[in-house]
Order: sequence, then C-alpha cells, then structure tokens
Amino acid sequence: MVTITIDGKKIEIPENTTVLEAARMLDIPIPTLCHHPKLTPFGGCRMCIVEIKGIPRPVTSCTTPVSEGMEVATSTAQLEGLRKTVMELILSDHPNDCMICEKAGACTLQELAYFYGVRENRLAGERRTYTKKDGNPFIERDLEKCILCSRCVKACDEIQGVEAIDFGYRGFKSKICTSYEKDLDCEFCGQCVAVCPTGAHTGKQWAFKGRQKDIREIDTVCPYCGTGCNITLHVRKSVSGEEVVRVTSKEDTWNEGWLCVKGRFGYKFINNPDRLTKPLIRITPKDREASGVKREENSPYDSHLTPYELFREATWDEALDYVASRLKEIKEKHGADSIGGLSSARCTNEENYLFQKFIRAVIGTNNIDHCARL
Amino acid sequence: MTNSIKEIEGMEVIFIIGSNTKETHPVIANRMIKAYRKGTKIIVADPRRVPMVKFAELFLNLRPGTDVALLNGLAHVILKEGIYNKEFIDEKTEGFNEWKASVEKFTPEYVEEITGVPSGDIIKAARLYGGSRKAGIFYTMGITQHTCGTDNVNAIANLALLTGNIGRESTGINPLRGQNNVQGSSDAGALPNVYPGYQRVDVPEIQNKFEEAWGVELSPKQGLKSTEMVPAALKGKIKALYVIGENPLVTDPNLNHTFEAFKNLEFLVVQDIFMTDTAQLADVILPAACFAEKDGTFTNTERKVQRIRKAVNPPGEAKNDTTIIMEVSKRLGYPMDYESSEEVLEEFGRVWPALQGITYKRIETQGIPWPCPTKDHPGTEYLYKGGFPRGKVHFTGVNFLPPAEITDKDYPFVLTTGRNLFQYHAGSMTRRVAPIEAHAGEAYVEINPADGERLNIKDGDIVKVLSRRGEIKIKARITNRVSKGIIFIPMHYREAAANVLTSDEALDRHVKTPEYKVSAVRIEK
Ligand code: SF4
Ligand code: SF4
Ligand code: SF4
Ligand code: FES
Repeated sequence: MVTITIDGKKIEIPENTTVLEAARMLDIPIPTLCHHPKLTPFGGCRMCIVEIKGIPRPVTSCTTPVSEGMEVATSTAQLEGLRKTVMELILSDHPNDCMICEKAGACTLQELAYFYGVRENRLAGERRTYTKKDGNPFIERDLEKCILCSRCVKACDEIQGVEAIDFGYRGFKSKICTSYEKDLDCEFCGQCVAVCPTGAHTGKQWAFKGRQKDIREIDTVCPYCGTGCNITLHVRKSVSGEEVVRVTSKEDTWNEGWLCVKGRFGYKFINNPDRLTKPLIRITPKDREASGVKREENSPYDSHLTPYELFREATWDEALDYVASRLKEIKEKHGADSIGGLSSARCTNEENYLFQKFIRAVIGTNNIDHCARL
Repeated sequence: MTNSIKEIEGMEVIFIIGSNTKETHPVIANRMIKAYRKGTKIIVADPRRVPMVKFAELFLNLRPGTDVALLNGLAHVILKEGIYNKEFIDEKTEGFNEWKASVEKFTPEYVEEITGVPSGDIIKAARLYGGSRKAGIFYTMGITQHTCGTDNVNAIANLALLTGNIGRESTGINPLRGQNNVQGSSDAGALPNVYPGYQRVDVPEIQNKFEEAWGVELSPKQGLKSTEMVPAALKGKIKALYVIGENPLVTDPNLNHTFEAFKNLEFLVVQDIFMTDTAQLADVILPAACFAEKDGTFTNTERKVQRIRKAVNPPGEAKNDTTIIMEVSKRLGYPMDYESSEEVLEEFGRVWPALQGITYKRIETQGIPWPCPTKDHPGTEYLYKGGFPRGKVHFTGVNFLPPAEITDKDYPFVLTTGRNLFQYHAGSMTRRVAPIEAHAGEAYVEINPADGERLNIKDGDIVKVLSRRGEIKIKARITNRVSKGIIFIPMHYREAAANVLTSDEALDRHVKTPEYKVSAVRIEK
C-alpha cells in the first residue's frame, strides 16, 4: 500500500493502481477519452493529463502508476488549457454532425466539447473523408467520427479474442481497419460498439430509432442462452405504442457489459408483425391432404396454406372454455395420464412453477417435462 | 454449475469437453479468455475444431461418442503418475478401489485407438488437469446428448473426485445450461419424476407434503419424459398435449415420426409467441407474452436467480403465461389466485427451502445464486463447500460402449448436430431478426476438405444428406472445423432440419436424452 495526495485529498491504495483509478476512488473527475476500465491502458488521447510534483511535464494519469508520497493536481489552468487544445485538435478533424448523429446525447466527445466550449475551431484543416461501405447487417462504422482511441481494437482483441480490427496506415491516414479493408466479418458481438466513445461505431438497427433522451431504460436478462447476461432494454414511444429500439448492457453488471450478437442485436422479434395477437381455433382437419398440408421435399410439416387459413380467431373466453372442456372430457374418458404438458425453458420460474402445478394438481398427472434434453 | 461464472477467472486449468463455448455461451467464453490472459491453461476436447481451440494449450480432437474412453484414459494416467488427491479420496469418497480397477485397461495407447487422440496428448492433458488443484471442467450437450450421456457425466465426476477438483472456489464441475431458463424450469419441477426442488414424486412423505401445500390429491406415479410422450402419442396412449413455448417439431429427434405423433393427438394446445411448426398442428393456439412483456425471474446456468422486467405491452390481445394458466385452471375447478408473479416465487420458496431467502427486493439490482435458505443468506457461489449433501460420494465405474449407430458402407459419415453463434435453438425468435437472418439465414453442412474432394463436393454445392430416418437437402460448407468422416449440421433451420436425420430410438439409457451427437449418414450430390 502507498499513500498519495490528489488535489489535497489523501488516499491509501495498492501499488499497482494508476493515478486515474485513485482519483476515481476519491470521486475526483478527470476527463478521459481513450481509457476504459475493463481494457489495458493506451495513453493516446492525453485528456487525462495531471501534474505531479517533481515531474516537469504533465503526465497521462491513466498510464501512470501511483508511488509513495506522490502529490497530484488534476485541474490547473495549464492542464485545462492543454485539454482544450487536445479537444480542438480532435474536433478539427471531426464531422461535427451531432444534429443527426445516433450517439448525440450519449457521446463522450460531445460532452467534453461542450464542457470545454469548443466550437469555432482555430485549428480546422484538412478532414479525413471515408465512405461507409460495410456490407454487414449489424454494425455501422462511420470512421470519419473515429478519434483513434483504440478502445474498439482492444475490446475485440482482449475481451473477444477475435482481432477483427486494428490500426491501419500511418499519420493522418491512420484508421481502424479490418484486414485488407474487407467488410467486417466477425462474431458481431458489438463490444466495439459498446466501448466506442463517439458515433464511429453504432448498431445499424438503431438508425433513426430515437436518441438517448427519448428513451426509457429497463434492466432485465437476455432471453437467449443460459449465461443469463444482464441487459438493458431501451424503449421508445412510437405511434404504434412502445418499442424496444436498442439493447445495451451496463459496465457494472456481472457480465461487465459484454454481450454476444444474439443478446445485443437479436431483439427485433419482440415487435415482429408475425407475433400471435389473438387466440386461434383450428378449422381444418389435421389430415395432410384435407387440410392442404402437403409434404414438401425438405420439410415434413410444411403447408401451402398460410397458417391463418388453418385457424380462425376466437375470443379469450371462447378459447379458454374450449381448452378447459376438452381437457376435462379427455381426462374423464381416458384418465389423467392420457394428458401431458410440455413446459418451456424460455419461460420464467414462476410460469414453470405454475404450469407444473397445473398439470399435477389440476390435471392429476406427472406427465410434465421441458426441453432440458434437447 | 458448481462454480459461479466469475470464479472462472481464478481457475488454473479449464478443461472444456463437448462444449462449443464461444458460440453457445459466448459471454462465458469471454471470462475464459480473461482467465487465459492471466495465465490459465485451457484444454479443449471436441470432435470439431471449435473457436475456443484458438486459446487452448491442448486440443484433443476425439471421435464423436468416445468421451468415456478419453475420460477414463485421463484417469488412468493420473493414477499411474500418482498425481491424484489421496486426502480428498480418503476423506470424501467411496468405492475408489473398485473403480480404480475399472480404468486399468484404459492405457493411453488403447484410448488413442478408440478416440483418435494421440497418446502423448492424453498424457499431457492428464498431467495438466491432474496436476492442478484448482481446475474446472465445462461441458454441455456434447457430453449429454449420447446414449452414454449419463456415463459421460459420471466419468467427468470421477475425474473431479480423483483430483479433488470440486467443492472449492474456482474448482468444480460446470455443465453449462443451454436455454436462458432451463435451470429454472428444472428447479421449478417441470420434470416428470420430481416436484419443485428435485423432490421425488414417488416418495410418500414428499407426496404428502405437496398434497398439503396444494390442497389436492397427487399422483404417486412418475410421469413420461418428453422423449417418451411423443411415442406414447403415436401409440394413442397420450391423447392431449399442452405445449408452452416449445417447438418439438423442429427440436425433437426423427421429425417425420414426431409429426405423425402430434397429428395423432386428439387435442393439442400450443401457447406461444409465434406460429411455430408445432402450433400449426394445434387445435387451439393461445398468444403469449415474451420476456420483454412480463415480470418474473430466470435462473441462469450458475444458479443465479435474476429479475426480468416488463418493458412493453404484449401485442394485441396476447397475455402472459401466468394469467393464461390461472384462467384455464379456474375453469377446471381449481382457482389459482396470485396477485403477482412474486407471490408465485414465494410459494415456490415455501416448498423448496433453497429459494426461501430470495425476494424480488433482494434481487432488484443483482441476482442471488441458490441455495439461499434465509432472508439474510448471501446465496451460494459454489457448491459443496462443507462437503457433499449425502456424506461421501461414490466413484461410479463406467465402461466404454460405442454409440448406438455406427457407420457402415451405406451410411459412412458420422453426423453431429448443435448450434451456431448467430441462431438460437429452433430459431423461432432469431430467424425473425432481420440482421441475423441476413447474415446466418441459410442452413449448411460442414464437410472436411478431404471428404469434399473425394465426393467432388465444392463449397456452396447443394447436397443431399440421408440417414435411416429421412433426408434433407442442404448447402455444403467445406471446412477444417470438422475432421474427415464427420459432418456437422446446425439444428436451427426448419427447412433443412437436422432432426429429420436424427434417431428417436438412440436414447440415453438412463435419462432418455437423444443421441444428437452421433447419427450415421450418407452424403449424395
Ligand atoms: S463485433 Fe466483436 S468481433 Fe466484431 S469487430 Fe467488434 S469487437 Fe470485434
Ligand atoms: S472507432 Fe470508436 S472505439 Fe474505435 S478507435 Fe475510433 S473512436 Fe475509438
Ligand atoms: S448475450 Fe449472448 S451469452 Fe449473454 S445470455 Fe444472451 S445469448 Fe447468452
Ligand atoms: S484517457 Fe489517458 S491518455 Fe486517453
């Protein structure tokens, strides 16, 4: 353990902590762009500079480990001046199209530009121009907005182990590239999107679906695999009611904000027009010929009728009465053990509990199972 | 899982067998990669060159269905080299000596013959796993979907007992549960032989307890497993089925057979969010709410009970499953009146103490892993801390038996099925997500380049795959992921459903899981 002083406040911390981490423990804000708490430090943006007594020039706090007796100042006139210059430099080569950027309102760069009051740019010069040309259906890469902070590259490598993207070219031309600049073809986990501090990486499905200020966030759990990642549904009011327009995961969840392609980009089934919206009762026999169900070469259960030609809509009362009376009839005629229930590993604990109770206590059989084996 | 996911980071050795973790549990794979970056050694045993191999110290490319031989072989070497955990065995286990004799014949050379894994690698893997006292084993359906699935699981347990790699932090046996709430459905008693909390239906005291709790007489007879219900329907013994959120017409083995069985039912109720293949055969379809439209809890693979929350309204007149079940129940003369889903969880906790301490309030921001018996219990990150519930555990000798279906002249390829990264299970959800469908919407069969060359099949060709049960047409993907003689088809695609080919007769001898991982097939152009 070592003791250091930041802006006059003392703190005792383990040796391998960085100055930035120590400051955050003390709730002292230091602006950062390239630093990400779950990734190794990069030290590229220089926003996090601090003055340390005895060291002539400002140092980047995200890469500097603490040492005994260190005295740190995080906000002096000189530091703030330098930070403003850094911002001006970055913004001199930035499209500044916050008006239509998906990230506006949730963008670290925009936040800092606001904080440092950078608008008119005395450093404005040549701008990089790239065409967006990725054919992939998940991730939009608008590299004119990239500030080369390396977070996406590190997430892809350190967290995901994929290395689909890396720095390419040099100097002014420096750019985040796939190999040979081919279309992104990777695991599409979107960790790169999650860590990007600007609008350079966004989800394609998010486009024009609403920015952060119009959104209500609900914390819940991913509906796909047994990992059970914690996710946040972003819900926006639309003309047709409310809609889930984006899925993210918070950094302080047990899964540290990491998700896979299904959890992050697989939410659109929720308001899919195919959803069943009314109880349905069969009107055709199940016999293949009569019902028009024909045997397709590849699919033993395909039908040339649309499913809705096989059924008619019913009211809940009618459908429920029908279910109850048929189950009752069959139970009376053939005994409870002639009825079975298949529950769902997609449903909640409460639903599963109720359904097995229903089969056991109401129907009177233990013929209840779910797809654990399949 | 006996461990929590977080504990993966602290493991010295991770042994993954029969789990394509990076595609089927991607965020658990993220933890494994994190551990790898800190120096953890990873062993992968799989018939396919799965993506985790990239991070593996050792890759044991075994033939499908030979896991018992490999696991016994590892035990053999650990015994021979004397690196087993003597204190643990003396203190916590029984039957060691008899079992020891049963692995005697599994020398590395003999195991190489059966599995195709070089004997040198078997020895290395045994030293790595056996030499560690902080190792975790991970497996999924690659272990259980076999006629010898239970044997595989026992062989894994033996290995953990032999080395004492269980019952401590970052040390244990970790089956990764497939579906979001397969753990919870099992806990809740959606199983034919047990009530909620794995309490057996055929034990009179337990039956009495539940009769009292629910106020009705209950059947003392074990019910049918899903893989038994289908043949029973075909025989006319099961007359009615009530199916919630499942799609057996894509996920069950031997689909032609399953179709006939479902058609044969007098009455089929399907409660779902989409018109699935199974729903198309229903007499009544009840529209349900999806996860984003209701409150409740899911229990993930590490036994953690987590809150799900209603974010939007269900479409049209769709209702949540709880409401629908209560309505049907009322009409059958057994009113269930729960004000909220939390009340249901409370009742669940009263009949199963492991959940008793969990309330919605306690899991507001973070889930709690069961057992959690009291309101101030923190939950249980890893199991068997203070020993095993029934005292000492037994070593169970397992012999190697080949899969039910072996290849022959007519069906020379081994077919193994599973999932890919993008689609999910029967696909009723993911296949309706446009970007996923655009990227991974087409069924394919993985074929080794050498086999492709021999049969003159090129990448992208449409081929016919035939088994004794049926045939499908599907696009060939030529790849080194599979070894010679083995092909892989993902299960998600109804139009080229892998389960047309699989067998409904080759079931695990004990728990009736179908042998999806080994079917004999032929490929035609
Ligand atoms: S989506 Fe995932 S795999 Fe693809 S580039 Fe981004 S981080 Fe890498
Ligand atoms: S794309 Fe985003 S995360 Fe990646 S380097 Fe650019 S700004 Fe940073
Ligand atoms: S985000 Fe991916 S890994 Fe996490 S629970 Fe969902 S499907 Fe599983
Ligand atoms: S945050 Fe420290 S250099 Fe960018």
